[in-house]
Amino acid sequence: MRYPACVFPLALLLAGPTCAAPLGDANARLLLNRSGFDALPVQIADYAKLEPDVAVSRLLKASPTVAQTTPPEWVNDTQLRPARLKDMNPDEKRELQKQFRQRGIELREWWLTEMLSTPSPLTEHMTLFWHNHFVSSLEKVKAPQLMYRQNVLLRREALGNFGRLLHGIARDPAMLVYLDGARNQKGQPNENFAREVMELFTLGEGHYTEADIREAARAFTGWSINPENGEFLYRPRQHDDGSKTVFGKSGHFDGDDVIDLLLARPETAEFVVTKLWREFVSPEPDSAEVKRLAKLFRDQQYEIKPLMAALFTSPAFYASAGQLTKSPVDLTVGTLREFDVQPPDLRPLLFLNRQLGQDVFAPPNVKGWPGGESWINSQTLSLRQQFLARLFRADTEEGGAMLPPRMKRGFYEPDLASFNDRCPKACAIKALLPLPPDPVPEGDGTAVLRALALDARYQLK
Amino acid sequence: MMNRRDVLKLGAMAGLVALSPTVFAAALSGSDAKPGRLLILIELKGGNDGLNTVVPYANASYYALRPKIAVARDQVLQLSDHAGLHPAMTALLPLWQANQLAIVQGVGYPEPNLSHFRSIEIWDTASASDEYLHEGWLTRVFRQQPLPSNTLADGLIVGSPELGPLAGGARAVVLSGNNLNGGGMQMAQQAARTPALAHILKVQQDLNVAATGLAGPAPQLNTTFPEHGFGKTVKTAVEALAKNGHIGVLRLTLAGFDTHVNQQATQQRLLKELAEGLAALQTGLTELNRWNDTVITSYAEFGRRAAENKSGGTDHGTANVHFVTGGAVKGGLYGGAPDLANLENGNLKYAIDFRQVYATAAGWCWGDAALSPALGGSYRRLELMRV
Repeated sequence: MRYPACVFPLALLLAGPTCAAPLGDANARLLLNRSGFDALPVQIADYAKLEPDVAVSRLLKASPTVAQTTPPEWVNDTQLRPARLKDMNPDEKRELQKQFRQRGIELREWWLTEMLSTPSPLTEHMTLFWHNHFVSSLEKVKAPQLMYRQNVLLRREALGNFGRLLHGIARDPAMLVYLDGARNQKGQPNENFAREVMELFTLGEGHYTEADIREAARAFTGWSINPENGEFLYRPRQHDDGSKTVFGKSGHFDGDDVIDLLLARPETAEFVVTKLWREFVSPEPDSAEVKRLAKLFRDQQYEIKPLMAALFTSPAFYASAGQLTKSPVDLTVGTLREFDVQPPDLRPLLFLNRQLGQDVFAPPNVKGWPGGESWINSQTLSLRQQFLARLFRADTEEGGAMLPPRMKRGFYEPDLASFNDRCPKACAIKALLPLPPDPVPEGDGTAVLRALALDARYQLK
Repeated sequence: MMNRRDVLKLGAMAGLVALSPTVFAAALSGSDAKPGRLLILIELKGGNDGLNTVVPYANASYYALRPKIAVARDQVLQLSDHAGLHPAMTALLPLWQANQLAIVQGVGYPEPNLSHFRSIEIWDTASASDEYLHEGWLTRVFRQQPLPSNTLADGLIVGSPELGPLAGGARAVVLSGNNLNGGGMQMAQQAARTPALAHILKVQQDLNVAATGLAGPAPQLNTTFPEHGFGKTVKTAVEALAKNGHIGVLRLTLAGFDTHVNQQATQQRLLKELAEGLAALQTGLTELNRWNDTVITSYAEFGRRAAENKSGGTDHGTANVHFVTGGAVKGGLYGGAPDLANLENGNLKYAIDFRQVYATAAGWCWGDAALSPALGGSYRRLELMRV
């Protein structure tokens, strides 16, 4: 991809990231696809006319803090489960498990519906990013209501404030279950949350000691939940009120104090910016740029929008086409949006994303999906190909032969002819691939669309 | 010349469902050279609690450190006057009695890291604690000393999508049930423009090779595999091996060992799966006539804290116990029994460097030549192989 006129190397040295020329097609595509999911040709054309600053503020301005899709009714149930599981007989327990499983599916359907239909793909992409940063999973949390409430928090602060989000997450009931905070008591504290909040949520590995973890775990004791309604509950008798020493500072710290100590450390902004860089720019963060953006992030009191604006107008961003691998959600949601497929039933999509390694609401562990090249291994690559082959009916006999049985019947069918009318060959090549195909597929019409979707570059963004 | 698929067809036509193991294995390897030795790595993901796996049941400190979750003395399966197996592992006893199960205690490394992610990276890359490497240790072994040209894949991976010790260049193929296929991408020898594109093209090529070699229906085996998750993992691996034995490594993962809370029930279930899975591996490999040229070893990012926490679980720890088994293994207890009177920040000190375990297994499979560069130094083998 070409750089926009404004970030030619000379201008890059002199002027930094701001620039006055319009984005053009390739950069508009990059901005929309990276910040959200695959953009439609008409949206690319629309943004191509805008200068980068204008385009980015338009994207950021149009970011809602609540989902437009109506959630399942049960999310408002105040009764989560009986206070004591011991009071339930085996049949009741089985029934509760069945209900949790069913609701877990409905919850995933709700979020995927939002991703497929949202007018602000950026909001959903950021929500997914934070889900993969502040990881919790249905596998352990069990109660889908709690995962829903966490998702609401993640979306509310998706482009809000990182400090508020971190304080919110530390008291979030799903997180308190997931990292055992709810069981963290004075005397023999459970270190799980204290460790991961430092290693994975703020500082990064190597910037704290084992003693810091042990002391911080004491500060979080007593932060628990009410098991009946799933609300945060402070249990003063389980809280260790004694003096603690964390990062060389001593005091009668509670959890919020420790969070503030973490936010005061410069490593936190650098750690989060590095992760955002890997998600939105390239697998190889530029350390000088990370430092610049991290300083901006701290100067802006951890407001997320100014940081994202700086990231999406940086020269490195517009020089990175084809360097990132599409996640399963990027691939499946993006393709269905691009070709205007309105799935009558989302369960095949849930199942496919799980097979491809990205089951939303159930990341593999507290570090989340590693992403990048690791999305592609022999198993997932062949499933990605089968999904696309099936969708584009490139090979009806063989393409579907290895698909999981649930995906074989009545899978989604895109209207390729109308896409081809709106965006014929030359347009489609630019709209669908981040790098030019080599060789360019022969012929034209819908056969070209199939060939482009099956090009290895379609797996990149 | 008859190829492998013809052999299978012929078998089916003649109704020879139950070929004898030897004949079966010989038929499968066809006219090709005999496969080399096989390394099977079993990852106990999450950090298995070694103290409740091989229990120091004669040690009063153990019961003092774990008032709620200790395994009672009269419950353990006694291996010696001080060590006993967790009672869920009865399926391992025949291997122990056959003197083919080595138990290596106190496996770890200097300056231990208690992060799951950093510590498994250290194990997977065989690095020092303060050294950051990007290639798996087996990738480095096979770069130094490539496997024979008829090798289908350097490694098959079952039970996890992560390449672990095979990351960064080895020809590794992730198996899940029988979902291998050749894929439909038309992209022969296109020039790679970005590292991400180069990666996809490489995976496609490995996939094509493995798909060709592992095509066809699952062979009929006499071995019964357990129904649980790890049993299925073992079944997938053994069936792939039955189709084509020219594989260097199998890496199988059993996950769920991060037992911070209510450890007992979870670990009980996982250790049962592990023991039954190992027993099924022994049966399956014996049927394929591969047991005597296979070495199996377990590994994990770390063991767990010596003392239990207040939630009936254990937090992250350091040194751990691991199993080594195979037809050529000299069974018994190796390494250092846990020294509970001499803990460091509540954690066990290590007695055996994990790279010694790697050197023992990989050195037996492929010789010592490639080991020093791959392991970043010379590590003394443990004397637990017969030949």
